[in-house]
Amino acid sequence: MTDATARGFDWASSENDANLRKRKRSQLWLQSLGIGAISIAFAMLFLLVGSLISTGYHAFTQTHLELEVTLDPDLIDADNPNSGDYRQILTDTMQVQFPDVADDRAELRKLTSILSNGAQFTIRDRVVANPDLIGETITVKVPVSDDYDQLNKGLIDPDTPEANRRLKDDEIAAFNQLNEAGVVTKPLNWALLTNADSRFPEQAGLKGAIIGSAYALLVCFLLSFPVGIGAAIYLEEFAPKNRISDLIEININNLAAVPSVVFGLLGLAVFIGWFGMPRSVPFVGGMTLALMTLPTIIIATRAAIKAVPPSIREAALGVGASKQQVVFGHVLPLAMPGILTGTIIGLAQALGETAPLLLIGMNAFITSAPETPFDSATALPTQIYIWADSPERGFVSRTSAAILVLLTFLITMNAIAIFLRHKFERKW
Amino acid sequence: MTLIAFLILFTAVVIGYILNLRAARALRNGGATMHSLDGFHGGYAALLVLIPTFGLIILWLLFQGAVIEMIVQAGLPDDRMQGLGTGEVQLIMAEIRSIAGGRIFGDPAQWKLDAADRLITLQAVSSWLLLALTAALAAYMLYVARGRVAADFRARQGLETIVHRLMLACATTAIFVTIGIVASLLFETIRFFNMVPFWEFVLGTNWEPQIPIREGQIAAEGAFGMLPVFLGTLVIATVAMFIATPVGLLSAIYLHEFANHRVRAVVKPVLEVLAGVPTVVYGFFAILVIAPALRNIGGDLGIPVAPNTALAAGSVMGIMLIPFISSFADDALGAVPRSLRDGSLAVGATQAETMLKVLFPAAIPGIVGGILLAVSRAIGETMIVVMAAGLIAKMTINPLDSVTTVTVQIVTLLIGDTAFDSPKTLAAFALGMVLFVMTLFINIAALRIVRKYREIYD
Repeated sequence: MTDATARGFDWASSENDANLRKRKRSQLWLQSLGIGAISIAFAMLFLLVGSLISTGYHAFTQTHLELEVTLDPDLIDADNPNSGDYRQILTDTMQVQFPDVADDRAELRKLTSILSNGAQFTIRDRVVANPDLIGETITVKVPVSDDYDQLNKGLIDPDTPEANRRLKDDEIAAFNQLNEAGVVTKPLNWALLTNADSRFPEQAGLKGAIIGSAYALLVCFLLSFPVGIGAAIYLEEFAPKNRISDLIEININNLAAVPSVVFGLLGLAVFIGWFGMPRSVPFVGGMTLALMTLPTIIIATRAAIKAVPPSIREAALGVGASKQQVVFGHVLPLAMPGILTGTIIGLAQALGETAPLLLIGMNAFITSAPETPFDSATALPTQIYIWADSPERGFVSRTSAAILVLLTFLITMNAIAIFLRHKFERKW
Repeated sequence: MTLIAFLILFTAVVIGYILNLRAARALRNGGATMHSLDGFHGGYAALLVLIPTFGLIILWLLFQGAVIEMIVQAGLPDDRMQGLGTGEVQLIMAEIRSIAGGRIFGDPAQWKLDAADRLITLQAVSSWLLLALTAALAAYMLYVARGRVAADFRARQGLETIVHRLMLACATTAIFVTIGIVASLLFETIRFFNMVPFWEFVLGTNWEPQIPIREGQIAAEGAFGMLPVFLGTLVIATVAMFIATPVGLLSAIYLHEFANHRVRAVVKPVLEVLAGVPTVVYGFFAILVIAPALRNIGGDLGIPVAPNTALAAGSVMGIMLIPFISSFADDALGAVPRSLRDGSLAVGATQAETMLKVLFPAAIPGIVGGILLAVSRAIGETMIVVMAAGLIAKMTINPLDSVTTVTVQIVTLLIGDTAFDSPKTLAAFALGMVLFVMTLFINIAALRIVRKYREIYD
């Protein structure tokens, strides 16, 4: 070594080679660890989306039976079509499909249960809408009940031992007979979007949840957008440097990091407990979400205002505009794309927020869509929570489908935000 | 009715604007030298009408429900109400409300029907009164505003003062929200500690909030020791951080130092997608995929894994936090001055050595701040644990066991219609207080660390 020092560093020595190899190896290690970490994140994302799609796509179709239903005038009171014996009508219809099961009542009841429990109401609604149909034979498409839907989609394997199956051999045989008769169809499941919630998976839909979420978001936007912009303008352009401004600033930063469930507690105690507002109502949900969205909007707006160069302000001040004319006439319009982007992202967060809505009771079981923001309703994320909790098999795929619907909304909102940013963003 | 009140308000605002605008224009046309432009006179009138009237409507809507209920409740016959608890009174009020709403079940007593009638009348009176008051106030403010139009009236200054105060009010909402959170939590927590001793809550090792609702019911006595709940929260948060920290940091290091532009342009948005997925989706993912997978693996290895093991909730929460940590670490690494990196590379260090021995140590404060914020998120995260973690509190640190968390208990205690008068519901607020204080301290510490570190290099 002394020689080496005397003659200068021996670059070609095997020691140095080994050392260099080691250093390069550790570099490679770090790099592959990094790639590994990113792959884990990617794999999890694909697993997440993949599992949702693979379970959820089943819910986008729904097995129906296309049946010729004879509306027997003896069973329906023409003056009061609401109270007909529609169950019996369905039983008669099924008897036509299975002529060999003559009059065995138990057997017939079993066959009728192939149809969804809501099928009788589908027919009733048609008759109520048009009482002239009584006595006629009409073709209706009615959903089958959940178990048979699962069977038709191949989710119930007829080869498993009978005892472990939801459907017994004779039930499967009956369904196969229907299948051969050509009355089984599997159209797109529009009911998923046009029906409200139901106890029966084959009837359950997201209409109430989507409208409830829309109302809550609307209230959230109407409250948080003006207040957020006002607060941001004040803090960025007008606030004097004093303790109150500092206090406000600290408060906003802390609020942005308060757990969402705490906002739920606030909504429950203040809006429902102190002010006596009703539970489960999108209006209250929207107010609670607005409190959470407020810091996001304030922070985004301040960033957007800060990005407007001072030369614009100075030019406007120079020609004699007042401070507020500068802000509202020049700074705010230029900052608007940034503000809107931040607002949309904040609203997208609010759309996916579940915990505060659970606490104010938006997880109730409600079978009709809300008509105003003051009617009881669920929201999309709480509906997902309710369905994920339901024991029926059919709700598993419906939960995934509901999540896909929610994610579609979120992706659309974020895409709009990104579009706005690219289209209107200026580099000064 | 509310809609009509808002319509009246809107019309009054428009009328005020046009009226004052016209008046100012008339003055100007008459040869007067106006101090302010016509538009400012109009805007001044509009705001002068808008603010008090809007405030009136909002206050009315906020308080009318509570006031009407109070009147109806006070009007109930004394002999029926004697000796009833809050819960029973609320039940009666709910029944009266549903009768008033036209949903009559069974055969309610006459005095309840009377009360329902009174409720309907009062509601009608209240909404008519609201309309009348709105119209009256709007008209008065219109009159006041119209009277102020004059050549030397400083309408622009007047308008700007109002707008300035409005913006100040907007900014102070943040303070009011904080006060609201603290007040709501504090009130209910104090009521809770009137029923359950403070030290029993803080140091108790037994959490069984299922207390008997009626007398003689067979149920646990009810125990409110928060330690097992707290411990469960820590177990799940620890699992989450064990996954999120290495994965997040390593991906940030790779993205910052080794990845080229194209890779960054793809990977960063994908990680952001992971951050944008709602937590209820992660919760469903945990029960649909992760928990069964863990159970199968445990079964194959012969290790007993609880159906709702802390590992499932924790690891899914870890996945959720990966983008959070990686973006924080990326920012922190980016804030290290370029000269440090260039200096290190110039003396012959490899990229990896530069990263591990120069950049990373320099960025440590920012990274620690980010990790602390992630911990606070993990503690406050609700939906994943509500769906995937257990309900029963156990003093265990075994992540394969089922544990419960603070947020799970808050949600389960408060779901369902319960009045705020039993220790069971109030306990949720006490837990909320614990959660709020805990996350607040972590957040403040994290923000301090981040800010202090920024000052060194800027």
